[in-house]
Amino acid sequence: MLLEISELQQKANNIRKSIVNMLYAAGSGHPGGSLGITDLLTALYFNEMRINPKDPDMPDRDRFVLSGAHMVPALYATLAEAGFFPKEELITLRKFGSRLQGHCVRNLELGVETTGGSLGQGVSIACGMALAAKLDKKERRVYCLLGDGESNEGSVWEAAMFGHKYQLDNLVFILDRNQIQLSGSSNDIMPMDPMDAKWQAFNWEVITVAGHKFEEIFAALQKARETKNCPTIIIANTIAGKGVSFMEGKWQWHGKTPNAEELNIALADLNKLDATN
Amino acid sequence: MQLTKIRDLTTPQMKAMRDGFAEGLLNAGIANPDVVALCADLKESIKFHLFAEKFPGRFFECGIAEQNMAGVAAGLALDGKIAFIGSFACFSPARNFDQIRISICMMNANVKIASSHAAFSSGSDGITAQMLEDVALMRCLPNMKVVVPADALQAMKATEAIVQIPGPVYLRNGRSETPLLFEENDPNIFEFGKAQMLREGEHVTIIANGYMVFRSLLAADALAKKGINVRVLNMHTVKPLDEAAVLESASQTHAIVVAEEAQKFGGLVSAVTETLAQNYPVPVEIVAVNDQFGESGEPLDLTISRHLSEKDIQIAVEKVLQRKV
Repeated sequence: MLLEISELQQKANNIRKSIVNMLYAAGSGHPGGSLGITDLLTALYFNEMRINPKDPDMPDRDRFVLSGAHMVPALYATLAEAGFFPKEELITLRKFGSRLQGHCVRNLELGVETTGGSLGQGVSIACGMALAAKLDKKERRVYCLLGDGESNEGSVWEAAMFGHKYQLDNLVFILDRNQIQLSGSSNDIMPMDPMDAKWQAFNWEVITVAGHKFEEIFAALQKARETKNCPTIIIANTIAGKGVSFMEGKWQWHGKTPNAEELNIALADLNKLDATN
Repeated sequence: MQLTKIRDLTTPQMKAMRDGFAEGLLNAGIANPDVVALCADLKESIKFHLFAEKFPGRFFECGIAEQNMAGVAAGLALDGKIAFIGSFACFSPARNFDQIRISICMMNANVKIASSHAAFSSGSDGITAQMLEDVALMRCLPNMKVVVPADALQAMKATEAIVQIPGPVYLRNGRSETPLLFEENDPNIFEFGKAQMLREGEHVTIIANGYMVFRSLLAADALAKKGINVRVLNMHTVKPLDEAAVLESASQTHAIVVAEEAQKFGGLVSAVTETLAQNYPVPVEIVAVNDQFGESGEPLDLTISRHLSEKDIQIAVEKVLQRKV
């Protein structure tokens, strides 16, 4: 059953609260990207992908590959919100013995499809999964989320060539275009503009969306479904740290966690966004 | 250990390991529809062509992009395929080590990494192509298994066999033609993880793999004329190591020479000496590349200049016998 936009917004806000809580508890991790991709993951997990939290490794589930694996708090929080595992487990993030590893580790019980942590690898795995679905004549679709800093990695463009050559129209990349990366603004670290023209030149269907507008995200996902004989990339313009006033757009919050005082401000910011307000 | 029968090597019949691999991959593809193959613009050189011609829908040319090739193979394997990837050893598994470590080994993906042109078999291509560090790189990765065949027939049988071994395997093939050691229809050409005794002897054991097996057999022949009886083990599976075979030979001959065409760090030399040091220390001499790169030249010139010839093996045997208590 598909959710209304307002319901999705509330889900996303719940997920963001989980993210800041779990990162505070962990004491290390990556809030910027995690909060920035939350709406994208909410769209995928609640209204787009063929998945079943009660049967997490069903063979013909759609695949989601988090190539930017440092943003895994957003994935864990989304999976918990969707019912793959209890939300109480979220605060074990990064702790010894936890199933919620600091970067994602393949665990189909949890709904985590791939191991990652070295940028530019998940994109290739996603190509392989899309190819496997084609070989088996299955309707599975493969979604892969990567970052714009990650796009500095040459292997991303190797995957881009491959996806085109093998006409992987069951493959959708979603690029988290937040314009920041670990140590500065992406434009300073390594300018990638024009990003859309780069992917067009690699013969992908390119759709640019506002990464926090569900209507635009769903329209792009729908267009990707209708696109034949080539893969699609959705360039999602996002705001790192979305929803938390002092984190928004700041590269300094790529990989820093909030202290107790900052957590309270963050939660107050997010509480104001609740639908009941 | 039982003796594995080998051919008479006085006038050896030559065949390249990579040609044996080609037949093995074709056979594997016929036997199992889940086998797929990917290569990086070296289809003919590394001999994926027989498979590619027979199964065009299961062969994927990735272009000169070894990192992506490894990752795509991981994705295929996670979704049920048995994916062979191939290139020169200097490109795969060297250039794509990060993908092999994370995307393949950490997920125990069923990917078989087949190389060719390993070590000095790439001769005239020179220093960069002569991959001597591949065995060490692959052996130190959890979940990875490592196989270094000794002739073309063993390369063929090993290729067929590793399809049955779940998870990642590195199969190291050479470029040049080398003597066939085994008989065509011998059912014992390759058993994964089991060393073969190719020559009996009680004074000393040479543990070798790859090209060094033939050279070790020649050295053993020469030493026999001096009254030295040399046992030769073909340790084609470097990981998991057949520790029982190593320890049995150590306890029976009390002296070991390890011979491999790779850097002496991390590969067969390390595997054997680690096992001996922890369980049954005996004198060991090493015939391997000693912290050096290669250069252009015929494989034979390189073999001699890097002290990997049968003469060097003989010298190592005589040296280890002097140390034997």
